[in-house]
Amino acid sequence: MDDATPQTPALEAIGIGKRFDTVIANQDVNLRIEKGQIHALLGENGAGKSTLVNILFGLYRADEGEVRVNGEPVRMDSPHDAIEHRIGMVHQHFQLVPVLTVAENIVLGNEPTRGRGLLDLDRAADEVTELAERFSLAIDPGATVEDLPVGMQQRVEILRALYRKADILILDEPTAVLTPQETDHLLEVLRGLAAEGVAIVFITHKLREVLAVADQVTVMRGGRVVGTTTPAETDQAGLAEMMVGRSVVLRVAKTEARPGAGVLEIRDLHVRDDRDRPAVDGLSLEVRSGEIFGIAGVDGNGQRELVEAMTGLRTIDAGAVLLDDTDITGCTPREISELGVAHVPEDREKHGLIGPHSIADNLVLNRYFRPPYARRGLRQHAAINSDAERLVTDYDIRTESIGAPARSLSGGNKQKVITARELSHGARLLVASQPTRGIDVGSIEFVHQQIVGQRDNGVAVLLVSAELDEILSLSDRIGVIFKGRLVAIADAGDIDRATIGRLMTAGSDAA
Amino acid sequence: MSFLTRYRWWIVTAAFFVAFTLFTAEFQQAQTTAVLAATLRQSTPLVLGALCGIMCERSGVINIGIEGQMLMSAFAGFIVASSTGDLLYGVAAGIACGMIMGAFLAFLSVTLQGDQIIAGTVLNIAAIGLTSFFFQQGRSLPTGKTSVMRFGALSDLPIVGRVFFTNRPLTYLTLLLVPVIWYALFRTTWGLRTRAVGEHPSAAETVGVSVVRIRYLNLILGGGLAGLGGAYLSLEAVGSFERLMTNGKGFVALAVMIFGRWNPVGAWGAALLFGYANAVQTQFQFRGWLADDPQFIGMMPFIVTIVVVAGFVGRARPPAAIGQPYSRE
Ligand SMILES: Nc1ncnc2c1ncn2[C@@H]1O[C@H](COP(=O)(O)OP(=O)(O)OP(=O)(O)O)[C@@H](O)[C@H]1O
Ligand SMILES: [Mg+2]
Repeated sequence: MDDATPQTPALEAIGIGKRFDTVIANQDVNLRIEKGQIHALLGENGAGKSTLVNILFGLYRADEGEVRVNGEPVRMDSPHDAIEHRIGMVHQHFQLVPVLTVAENIVLGNEPTRGRGLLDLDRAADEVTELAERFSLAIDPGATVEDLPVGMQQRVEILRALYRKADILILDEPTAVLTPQETDHLLEVLRGLAAEGVAIVFITHKLREVLAVADQVTVMRGGRVVGTTTPAETDQAGLAEMMVGRSVVLRVAKTEARPGAGVLEIRDLHVRDDRDRPAVDGLSLEVRSGEIFGIAGVDGNGQRELVEAMTGLRTIDAGAVLLDDTDITGCTPREISELGVAHVPEDREKHGLIGPHSIADNLVLNRYFRPPYARRGLRQHAAINSDAERLVTDYDIRTESIGAPARSLSGGNKQKVITARELSHGARLLVASQPTRGIDVGSIEFVHQQIVGQRDNGVAVLLVSAELDEILSLSDRIGVIFKGRLVAIADAGDIDRATIGRLMTAGSDAA
Repeated sequence: MSFLTRYRWWIVTAAFFVAFTLFTAEFQQAQTTAVLAATLRQSTPLVLGALCGIMCERSGVINIGIEGQMLMSAFAGFIVASSTGDLLYGVAAGIACGMIMGAFLAFLSVTLQGDQIIAGTVLNIAAIGLTSFFFQQGRSLPTGKTSVMRFGALSDLPIVGRVFFTNRPLTYLTLLLVPVIWYALFRTTWGLRTRAVGEHPSAAETVGVSVVRIRYLNLILGGGLAGLGGAYLSLEAVGSFERLMTNGKGFVALAVMIFGRWNPVGAWGAALLFGYANAVQTQFQFRGWLADDPQFIGMMPFIVTIVVVAGFVGRARPPAAIGQPYSRE
């Protein structure tokens, strides 16, 4: 591109080291990102991937080591420096301002003006619409970000990075809540950018994506780089083994379901979204004890509102939700939880965790008030802590101590805290939205086994996931949601991937 | 429909005031005009204080030192005007003094990342101490206070002429600042960045907006507004400096800001309400109504403050990041 020789990498990390108190997040990390190549960064939850790219983007300061852009050593004291060097980034923990609109978020810091600092919001909206069309990531530029489901927020986060036209693009788990179609679009976009000479760092836990798109793969474990390879030299099993250090079962072993009586019944449910438009529009379904009912759909078709309505987080306009024939319509979240409903929320930062509180406290968030965790209004730390220790071991939550604040965990480990808490709730109904979002392959195996184990113990499971593979491999029955209704309900064996995909995007017209 | 429900309290309040004014004007034109003119005058320092609060809090920093900034600036403005004999120098000194105190607040709360409530309290205590210590009896303004600016025929209109077009310069300036700051906050890049920093500083930082720079800028500019409010008190409203002459206006300004939902125009409306309560109270005292209970009457603006803040602001949502010092890791 410029006078640098072709061998000069676009971005280079040399001997990076980073500690948080006692945790060594990065140790002697070297990484070379070539121009026009897609470099996948893989590793277990807590391996140090986000820490590394946050250092490259100037968000964290490295304790030691050097960052080079186009061969030149540079100071990365703030994201401002990174942007000056034409680096763009998609953050794992979205960096969006909730009360601003989509367009405002995307142009922030780089706003179109009518001269002298006067915002041109119309042009901003036009530019965003155009950008969204070009990259096939449709979005309403006027929507307020906090009203959007996480899948939509993910699009905004991606568009925000693409808007800046960087030479070096870092994407930290951009596909965690995208549907397979959206992911395929994005991978195409990335290939196109690479062809134009952009250097790309791509973090994901989905090995299929790595094999499909990466030129180079670097694997991290325990804060160190354990190896570099290419898709040609390896396969999914090989990558998984490199990451985890043991071989991983990539398919869930699961016996035939033995469904019992109905546990959850939803009758003609109507719920509105945050902007007062109908989001769930006459939806009915039944989930029986001992079965997993999977809801497949493109995010934004009412999944979030459905789950929030049945867990008491959102007002129900019409219809009824019955749990074992008890009407729970209009009950509070606590009442519903006490009746035996466990809930893994889609937005882990907002509804799943209290960031400044300890991991131990977060693990008892749905039961801290009752024995054995509290007696006569006094909290019983021995019980809380011993439970926390057990869950941290079982779910392989990577942390120095159960007393550490939840927000210091890596993204996947936060997810594990929530999943561990909800799966150990002793519930009759488990409502799980994106339960494995951002969890590494080794732990997904474990979480999936746990969900199937719950089912085998007679729990009714309602699973909502953008990840079609997850729906297909876990569900006994599958419903496809489109514009707030279930356009199809079928036994898992009677419906194939292609049909679901068509129903998801076009509703029942497609069938 | 949604407009009506959203602004129903404003509409009800405004309708009530218009009806009430027309009713009283029917048989008491002089008093009505006096009350309305006083409303505007009384609201001016509250508007300026609230605009300062909006500038600071929209960028994520709580400023409870507005009272101190106004008091110190009233003093500085008065001293400079009385020794130079030029009111313009006095106003400039008031603004500069507010800006310096704003910079100091920024240093404590942004650079040192100290507690913002304590930092604001430091300003208040310092202002009370310093102005009381250096206060000298017997100084005066050689030119007198700022003089009335008239706009020809406009100023002769009934009621409106007296209320809106027979004021002194800083009152006009304040009326101008309200839409200007509203526009800046919602229609300029500075405004968008300010709101982003106040809601989610790390998001702003990731697109290259410097949280530290925005916060310093807003605290200093906001300080200038509070300083102008102080200069208004000593150079336009009273014409001299008195001990503790702000008399809680800086705190009422915070209530005004909250009642106005961190919006300059909303704050202006709220300040008019408080100014009105104050003006009515003055009229009562002037005419000797309820003369047995002057303390009770004096309480009226504060009662209005409490009722309004407790009653109506229920769903107002402050900028999400206020009160939290920002650091990156
Ligand atoms: N701000 C922080 N404060 C304290 N510890 C932190 C902080 N950020 C990360 N860590 C720790 O550093 C380690 C590496 O975290 P990092 O977020 O880089 O992992 P990751 O590879 O991105 O994992 P994931 O796949 O779950 O996102 C973890 O042990 C984590 O707990
Ligand atoms: Mg991460």
